[in-house]
Amino acid sequence: MCMRIKDHIILGPERAANMVWITVDGKELMAKEGEPVLASLLAENIIVNRYTVKRKEPRGLFCGIGQCTDCAMIVDGKPNVRTCITPVRQGMVIKTQHGVGEGGGKNGE
Amino acid sequence: MVNKEIVVVGAGPAGLAAAIEAAKAGGEVLVADLNILPGGQLFKQIHKFFGSSAHRSGTRGIEIGRQLLAEAEKYGVEIWLNSAVIGLYDDRVVSIEKGLNSGEKELINIKAEKIILATGASENVVRFKGWTLPGVMGAGAAQTMINVNRVKPGNKVVMLGSGNVGLIVSYQLMQAGCDVVALVEAAPNIGGYGVHASKIRRAGVPVYTRHTIIEAKGTDRVKEVIIAELDDSWQPIAGTEKVLEADVVTLAAGLKPISDLARLHDLEMVYNGVFGGWVPKHDENMESTQSGIYVAGDTTGVEEANTALEEGRLAGIAAAESLGYIAEKDAKERKDDTWKRLDGLRMGPFGEKRMYAKNEILACFPARS
Repeated sequence: MCMRIKDHIILGPERAANMVWITVDGKELMAKEGEPVLASLLAENIIVNRYTVKRKEPRGLFCGIGQCTDCAMIVDGKPNVRTCITPVRQGMVIKTQHGVGEGGGKNGE
Repeated sequence: MVNKEIVVVGAGPAGLAAAIEAAKAGGEVLVADLNILPGGQLFKQIHKFFGSSAHRSGTRGIEIGRQLLAEAEKYGVEIWLNSAVIGLYDDRVVSIEKGLNSGEKELINIKAEKIILATGASENVVRFKGWTLPGVMGAGAAQTMINVNRVKPGNKVVMLGSGNVGLIVSYQLMQAGCDVVALVEAAPNIGGYGVHASKIRRAGVPVYTRHTIIEAKGTDRVKEVIIAELDDSWQPIAGTEKVLEADVVTLAAGLKPISDLARLHDLEMVYNGVFGGWVPKHDENMESTQSGIYVAGDTTGVEEANTALEEGRLAGIAAAESLGYIAEKDAKERKDDTWKRLDGLRMGPFGEKRMYAKNEILACFPARS
């Protein structure tokens, strides 16, 4: 299900954007260049960004403005990237983060 | 090390207004902001603002944002986006991580003559069983998604909190095509303005006052929300639970000032309940207890975009004045006018207590050595 808002009573129709391909957990998705990675995922109804270190609980969008780190994922091999303030670029490879992510110590992947 | 006359932290209404005033007077201004887009929270305010015509009432926040950006560009304000200020050091050295999260990230130290902190506020959290489940989020987070990024965080929303943020965001979620299945408020009455509440009631949103959320249930995202009625001591009454089907819970329980940088640099702070928490002490120039470091907007106490704008103007004028760009007499007139407009914004049943709170903060400012 696409969660994008096509038409809006105040904001008008969705503005044309340059669409690019990104890879999310091995699956290719179309995204708008420059939008937050988090928004591209929400558009595809993907809401879990990471699982916590100890209890392996799911986390997702919470503050949306770079303050809380709940939306951290592995982006282009780098763990703990806040997806709400990271703009989409062509060919980005995004992975759900488990614990502190790859190379992050004993609780990582 | 790079030299800049004025470094502003935060490109929201306070930071941009400060930058514009200082640059207009002739100052060299750099604004650093963590986010992808400038404007702070203005671009998600798609409703019309209140206030007098001097405050552009009837104008949508998004329009005010566009005007500020145009002015900033006109006066040559430099804006670094995706750039986090990660430290302040002695002699006004600002450490900026420029190009955050990109391969080209670099750490730049800037020696500033003046620093203006306009770091805004963050949303308060409400804890209940399941509050960490994906789908539970700040009302402002949902608002950013629908109005700035134009994606819905889900389809069926339970809003907790009926202050202006709760009311306005509920309405905007409906404008975005979401179904608001309940507005839940612990107090006996709706908290925000009647004009916003009426829109929600007219749209038929069920309003549960004297209720709270007991639990959000689901495995990898919210599926159900359990609410219950509260007794006179705010405790849930057994047997009154209702199960609502929803995939989003939005929390609108107020905001608190973001004051990490101020604390990090040992600016003197004071607690103020009306303003949402600890705020840096400041004088009528918005200058903190450390000379040359100014503060403005929600970081000095949570209010609204218009007050942030005016406080930013004060800081910008004062910083430009102390650098010699504005003559004392001219600066005084402009600051007096700005304070008058601020007083106008801090009137009435909702605004008055903020006027008292601000006066308390000004009154506790220690004599500068």
